[in-house]
Amino acid sequence: MPKRHRAHWAYRLVPLALIVSLLASGCGRQYTLLHPAGPVGQTELNLLVLASVAMAVVVIPVWILLAVVLVRFRDNPRHKGSYVPQWQKSKFFEVMLFVIPLIIVTIIAVPTVRKTYALDTLPQQKDPVVIHVTSLDWKWMFQYPAQHIATVNYIKIPVGVPVLFKLTADSPMNTFWVPQLGGMEYTMPGEVLPLWLEANKPGVYMGRSGQFSGRGFVHMVFQVDAVSHTVFNQWVHHVKTTAPQMSLAKYHALVHFGYAGEESFSSYPAGTFPTTSHGFTLTGSSPMVMP
Amino acid sequence: MNQILARLFPPQTRRPDEVVIEFGIIFAMLSLVYLLTRLKKWGWLWREWLTSVDHKKIGIMYLVSALLMLFRGGVDALMIRSQLALPNNHLLPVGQYDELFTTHGTIMIFFMAMPFLFALFNVAVPLMIGARDVAFPRLNAVSFWLFAAGAILFNISFVIGGSPNAGWTAYPPLTELRFNPGVGENYYLVSLLIAGIGTTITGINFMTTILRMRAPGMTLMRMPMFVWTVLVTGALIIFAFPPLTIALLLTLLDRLFGSSFFTLGHGGMPMQFVNLFWLFGHPEVYIVVLPAFGIFSEVVPVFSDKKLFGYPAMVGSVLAITILSYIVWVHHFFTMGAGPSVNAFFGVTTMLIAIPTGVKIFNWVLTMWGGRIRFTVAMLWQLAFIPAFLVAGVTGVLLATVPVDYQMHNSYFLIAHFHLALIGGTVFGVLSGMYYWWPKMFGFMLNERQGKWAFWIFVIGFFVTFVPQYMLGFEGMTRRMYTYPPGLGWGALNMVSTIGAFIQGAGFLVLVYNVLWSMRYGERDVTGDPWNGRTLEWSLPSPAPAYNFATIPLVTHRDEWWEMKQSGRANAYKVKSSAIRPVHMPKRSAMPLFMGISFFVLGFGMVFSWWIIAIVGALGVIASLFLSAFDYNDTEELDPQDIRRSEAALGRLEV
Repeated sequence: MPKRHRAHWAYRLVPLALIVSLLASGCGRQYTLLHPAGPVGQTELNLLVLASVAMAVVVIPVWILLAVVLVRFRDNPRHKGSYVPQWQKSKFFEVMLFVIPLIIVTIIAVPTVRKTYALDTLPQQKDPVVIHVTSLDWKWMFQYPAQHIATVNYIKIPVGVPVLFKLTADSPMNTFWVPQLGGMEYTMPGEVLPLWLEANKPGVYMGRSGQFSGRGFVHMVFQVDAVSHTVFNQWVHHVKTTAPQMSLAKYHALVHFGYAGEESFSSYPAGTFPTTSHGFTLTGSSPMVMP
Repeated sequence: MNQILARLFPPQTRRPDEVVIEFGIIFAMLSLVYLLTRLKKWGWLWREWLTSVDHKKIGIMYLVSALLMLFRGGVDALMIRSQLALPNNHLLPVGQYDELFTTHGTIMIFFMAMPFLFALFNVAVPLMIGARDVAFPRLNAVSFWLFAAGAILFNISFVIGGSPNAGWTAYPPLTELRFNPGVGENYYLVSLLIAGIGTTITGINFMTTILRMRAPGMTLMRMPMFVWTVLVTGALIIFAFPPLTIALLLTLLDRLFGSSFFTLGHGGMPMQFVNLFWLFGHPEVYIVVLPAFGIFSEVVPVFSDKKLFGYPAMVGSVLAITILSYIVWVHHFFTMGAGPSVNAFFGVTTMLIAIPTGVKIFNWVLTMWGGRIRFTVAMLWQLAFIPAFLVAGVTGVLLATVPVDYQMHNSYFLIAHFHLALIGGTVFGVLSGMYYWWPKMFGFMLNERQGKWAFWIFVIGFFVTFVPQYMLGFEGMTRRMYTYPPGLGWGALNMVSTIGAFIQGAGFLVLVYNVLWSMRYGERDVTGDPWNGRTLEWSLPSPAPAYNFATIPLVTHRDEWWEMKQSGRANAYKVKSSAIRPVHMPKRSAMPLFMGISFFVLGFGMVFSWWIIAIVGALGVIASLFLSAFDYNDTEELDPQDIRRSEAALGRLEV
């Protein structure tokens, strides 16, 4: 019997050891979610840490309790626990079992609700850069309505300025996700969904899709190049003066099944991005025309 | 002719591995037919199994099917993991990978988890409540054969016509004809519709059985906990399956008849499918996990030799989970722009589920406190469940934290979370239940030593597979990726995960060996009560006779059988000869099987839009309904003399 119990202990340590190694290796740069480069991603990470700690406070004692129970009350003449086959209720425990999880849930729920609203509000201090995002089979098309330029599979954004992405699809659904800047949002045909992100340090961030969209799904990747404001303006100027125009025929070619590299266009045809939608907006800003 | 062949066997289904599997299936079928003919077992198969309406036999048929499907789904998983083991791997063609993760998910949920649970419902519930069968025995057989029709239809897609390839969630417009030509998605839609009818009937059947057929004296609050969970699962099924049926039916109309409910353009609204799907999908999670909770609530008291702690709290938390499970479905698509108010509401309701779930886990631990814990295989699966489900629950709350979900949605963090919940909860639960009720089903025990080997190998493999997947989520890997480039740092963790998957596969093989070995050499269960059980099924011989109880027991306590043993009335199971009355039992019927076959033909015709075949199948369905409706000779009386003889042979007759 005792041999078996040692095995039990070892097994119980496996997940713990793995979690510890996860935390230890969390410093590695490949853990992109743990290295946010913008306020949205930072807020989400902070909430993740808060919730994890709050729950660890309960879960770890439960693991220990379980281990203690298994050792004390195993069916063995030498076991220490007293046998009370009729014990089946205890007011104290039953109330505590209800109250402790309730407290933990409250600790997590309150900031969750507050941050859910906060992240849905575009900061008012600076004018955002607006980018229209359309997912196609299997490439990303980006249009800058203010600058009137378009790109495929990459974007440049200025650092320190909120960027408002308006997301739609002319294809099956995808999600628009730049892990280091913040969470994702769906691109869906017939709808325009808003998402705002901001980079607070220059760098190249990988973006990808989180929703399977057919056999070319793994090609739904793009680069986000966060640069200073002057570099951004220079780039816009460069694209405007040197890149080809996007004709309607070119747009239809893009919609067609296939892959594409990075491309730039000095203009794009009107009507290639829906102007109305079923209408969800960010609170605090009303950028979209309601139907 | 050539055209028909090209539709049945399009070029993309002629991959070498599939040809091997096709020949394997044909060979297995032929040898089965040969064996049955050689041993002259056709009559036996027909009388004892194919036309049986006995809940115990239907349960065993569900169990065998579920184990077969676990094998199929597991092989899919191993192929997925082999493909992902290395960066830039091209072991499988891309199209086949998409088919594999779709069939893996669909089979594991609909054709493995559900029938495995229904197996245990069927085997245990009537015996636990002191009933002779379920409320509607023939409908119970209809449920099984509709499940079988759906499962076979879904599985043949692998070799005939091509498998579905849009994920088990099948979001439109990816399932629309223009993005998804071929018959694969039709298979998905039609087979789930057929199996769904069977599931709905099972829900109604067991709810009625539990509400109407309990032995005298068994009040609701004296029911075993497992029966409670089956009762609420029935309710969940009845309310959760209609939205799925509608969603699937409308998608089928889009594909077969050119309507535009969920299409891209023409006013279609794909998101509405997602809404309907998860309106079913979240209760579905509790449909498969609540009965597992019920199994643990039986296993823990028996192997701790102690009463279940906090029975009223357990009942309350099951009911709370049932109600809450209907108001959390939006957490599957927080990132579809429903706005902060909706997201906050559904985030908080999701977190609230943690409270009743936490109460249950505490109650199991406190049940063990002050007991005498025997580490049998059934108990070990339960003990592995607690840490696994705690991790699953914690990560579930993280995913319910809306802003965190924006980062975790559809990432490997999510994959790890729901595999921990569904394997750690449902699979550990049904395996625990299988080892626990096995002697009651078959009359012999599964070898404990081999069972423990299977357990340890599987559980170690399980954690090795899924803990790295949490970490992959933090590295930004998303689900359903066919391959990934090197340089993202994903390679090592994926390799570890793949190794874990193969360890789990080895664990499954040991389990199969355990079953086969025990069939030949397993210890007979002559007492009918090998575990020192607490509930009524253990007062019966193993396996129970066709009529279950020679006389219906009178229930006075919660753990009736244990109380009887405690008060020295352990001999009370012996039946007085004079007390035996004629027993009214349902007659076996070929109608359910015929109906299953008709539905299969109808479904096959629908999949290929071959309407003549579909109409033939539909006529078969209508004919079997009519034949059954006007069949008044559907019951029989068992002669008390026969019952006396059989009870005497079991040594249970008190003269």
